Amino acid sequence: MHNYEQKEAVRIGFYICHCGHNIASIVDVKAVAEYVKSLPGVVVSCEYKYMCSDPGQELIQKDIHEHSLNRIIVASCSPLLHEHTFRTAVEKGGLNPYYFQMVNIREDVSWVHTDAKAATEKSKDLARAAVQRVFHHKALETKHVKIHPDVLIVGGGIAGIHAALTLANSGKKVFLVERQPTIGGHMAMFDKTFPTLDCAACILTPKMSQVKNHPNITLWTYSEVTKVDGYVGNYKITIKRKPRYINEELCVGCMDCIEKCVYKEGKTPDEFNVGLSKRKPVYIPFPQATPQIVLIDPEACIEFKSGRCKKTCVEACDRKAIDFNQKEEMKEIEVGTIILATGYHTFDAKRVPFYGYGKYPNVYTSLEVERLVNASGPTGGELILRDGRHPKTVGIIHCVGSRDKNTNRWCSRTCCMYSLKLAHLLKEHTEAEVYNFYIDIRAAGKSYEEFYDKLLDENVHFIRGRVAEVSDWAVRSSEEGKLIIRAEDTMIGIVRRIPVDMVVLAVGMEPQSDSQDVRRLFNISCSTEGFFLERHPKLAPVDTFTDGIFIAGACQGPKDIPDSVAQAGAAAAQALTLIDTGEIELEPNTAFVVQDDCSGCRTCLTICPYNAISRDEAKQKAFINEALCKGCGTCVAACPSGAIKQNLFEDEMIFSEINGLLENTPVVCC
Amino acid sequence: MKYLSYPGCSLRSTGRAYEESIVAVFKALEIEYEELKDWNCCGATSYVSIDETDAFALAARNLALAELQVAEGTINLIAPCSACYLVLSKTERYLEDYPDVRTNVNAKLDKAGLHYNGRVEVRHPLDVLVNDYGLEKISKRVKYPLKGLKVASYYGCQVVRPFAKFDHSHYPVTMDKLVQALGAEPVDWPLKTRCCGGSLTGTTQEAGLRLNRLLLKEAQKRGADIMLTCCPLCQHNLECYQERINRIYQEEIDIPVAYFTQLIGVALGLSEKELGMQRLFKKPSLEKFMHPKGEMAHA
Repeated sequence: MHNYEQKEAVRIGFYICHCGHNIASIVDVKAVAEYVKSLPGVVVSCEYKYMCSDPGQELIQKDIHEHSLNRIIVASCSPLLHEHTFRTAVEKGGLNPYYFQMVNIREDVSWVHTDAKAATEKSKDLARAAVQRVFHHKALETKHVKIHPDVLIVGGGIAGIHAALTLANSGKKVFLVERQPTIGGHMAMFDKTFPTLDCAACILTPKMSQVKNHPNITLWTYSEVTKVDGYVGNYKITIKRKPRYINEELCVGCMDCIEKCVYKEGKTPDEFNVGLSKRKPVYIPFPQATPQIVLIDPEACIEFKSGRCKKTCVEACDRKAIDFNQKEEMKEIEVGTIILATGYHTFDAKRVPFYGYGKYPNVYTSLEVERLVNASGPTGGELILRDGRHPKTVGIIHCVGSRDKNTNRWCSRTCCMYSLKLAHLLKEHTEAEVYNFYIDIRAAGKSYEEFYDKLLDENVHFIRGRVAEVSDWAVRSSEEGKLIIRAEDTMIGIVRRIPVDMVVLAVGMEPQSDSQDVRRLFNISCSTEGFFLERHPKLAPVDTFTDGIFIAGACQGPKDIPDSVAQAGAAAAQALTLIDTGEIELEPNTAFVVQDDCSGCRTCLTICPYNAISRDEAKQKAFINEALCKGCGTCVAACPSGAIKQNLFEDEMIFSEINGLLENTPVVCC
Repeated sequence: MKYLSYPGCSLRSTGRAYEESIVAVFKALEIEYEELKDWNCCGATSYVSIDETDAFALAARNLALAELQVAEGTINLIAPCSACYLVLSKTERYLEDYPDVRTNVNAKLDKAGLHYNGRVEVRHPLDVLVNDYGLEKISKRVKYPLKGLKVASYYGCQVVRPFAKFDHSHYPVTMDKLVQALGAEPVDWPLKTRCCGGSLTGTTQEAGLRLNRLLLKEAQKRGADIMLTCCPLCQHNLECYQERINRIYQEEIDIPVAYFTQLIGVALGLSEKELGMQRLFKKPSLEKFMHPKGEMAHA
């Protein structure tokens, strides 16, 4: 495509936009238009109030016909805003859209300068640079790639579940991959949800079983994505299915094997109850686990450790579903789009040793308390502390691992509300006095502030102040045997010591510990704190910088259930847009290798941030996949033999632009 | 690695036992060091509240002298007193982080023909012994493991705050690990870094005594046989006012307070004289805990 050299004479049309007062109040647009008229190759040069308006665009089209123009330059705003508009206008006028060049004299000139004269001169320089550049422009073709209609969703929490159902209900095939043995994520562990206090399991489990039974959803739990190849519309994914040592086709989840296991009592900390109870080596995470299939933990199972177990579980299973020889299985699938909903990780409370987690038994994390108050939790919903007591006073400490320079600076957004909810539940279960220690109450959400008001009416105590420490340091006899929370009450300006029986640490939300690995695997970006980075914080919140990959839920940043569901819906809609369009247009600003000049040195392969370059081993040359190339130019600059060029950024274009820019600059000798 | 030592004024007056025990322990462990020549007062924590630049200049003179004494490389300057350690660390950090402070201080140093280039790293002997020399090596050299001795490690407020260079600023454990390496038993208590009152015992004595009372009472309540400190002023406060505290608050506090280096020396089998034990007002009776290595097995 780069060889279609136009032989005809270059005939340039130049248009400068007033943008109302935005440009014209600083730049003397008439003078610029007048000046450009004198430049070689320019046939038409004029100014217009709004170039992006319909009459403005029609003006260009009319001139192309009347004056046989073959290059168009518009000096107006940023190309991000209207490059597409003008390229389309040029194309409608019968010209290849890549003969168009845009000059930004608004963001780069009128909005940032106050000296009208200098701004006008700068506009002339920029216009001259563009005029010299367009001489070398070539006609380019836009590439289209087909979008495979299937979708991969990684993560089976509420966000992944919601996205999967949305897509599946609209008739798309979805692969839902979850690393844990069940879907449901953190939400399945919660007791009730704020501010409505409806039970998390009651609203979640119907959706979980819909996922399991949906004809359009292939659910792979206990599985992980290990390899991602390809590009938007054409991803090739490898998925590792970890062995459950149970034949999934045969198991019906009767749990007879669990009952008959040689272990009479569980010995392994139960992941679902955050270690507050024990499970057996053969187990199911929780009664409504989806799929309802047991699994065997080889780390705990006697048969795996010694090979000398009586295997009572095998005897108990009349469906012969237990298979100690099951191996890990690799699946390969093709999808067009991917939604990452990999969730979050709660802050490790041991990182703030002065709150005593792991040291004093009656210090709990909020997630532990969710299980403790849950009817199907380790105590059947009865609030029994680790030392067997029932708490009469409880202190909830907000912002543990949030809004703290020493740990995480961000607000985790959910802790205020779930702390209020836990305060309500703790009072309901125990009638204890509950103290909340907070920095600010952040109750920004529909009906959230009202929920806070309700808690105030329930006589929950609120002390504004960051807690200094939790200790067993009793100063008065009334404090003996209690945990003492020391905090400055900033409302009354004194340091208070509140003795309590139970401390709840409202731990914040963090990126998953392997978020960097996942980021690399899918070739997306993370923000500095490690959450996945969206393409635009306001206008493209579920897109990533890699086309066809979307993010939803807390993997993008701390989020509550309503926000995660909303984002999941948005991500599904974005995927649907691509799928239903059927194909995607690719910007032709890609790099290409001039095969004769390539020495096959591999330099470009290692530096390409998008893995777009491969090496043809037979020819010993580099090859750039245009669908993957983002046009960053890194390889062009790095190629030692100058064999890589980039459409729209070829050397002669850039050098003539620089020449044009510097032509009138006085040479300063030093 | 060779170290430079900065004793500071306290170690030449009320804290002589601290310096004596450091010298003895370093010698026994064959840690090489030499004293910083012509060192001056660090200015303590009070000067900086009067004139920041002058205070930094006073402290920085010591840093500049260290560079004069050691021609190249990073210089590990040991400051055993908590106040010295804090002031020198703070000076080192400010000169590194704030170019204007660096310029102003160097302008003052220039008048004395000195200049500071940023090669000094201020270290605390606790950090040096545990993190450079190592607990395993100390443990191997122990001749008399202090089996059964309950120790309340007291870090005070300045060693890990605000510059938590070698341990957690709220819940340090370095000294507790050292205590374990000596065969003794650390007492876990939440008052490790609570202030001893510093110079308040000499100025607003009531406030100072109240703070010391809390620390002493809690250590004793938790069954500690001895309190260990790493700062001469903490040691002085905790040890010398026990009788007065008992009189004012009707308490029955009676607990020896020693330097951590003294306890290392005892475990290494150094003499009381070498460790300056005779300078303590409340001599700890450690003999009953001292079991020569190997003897335990025969018993």
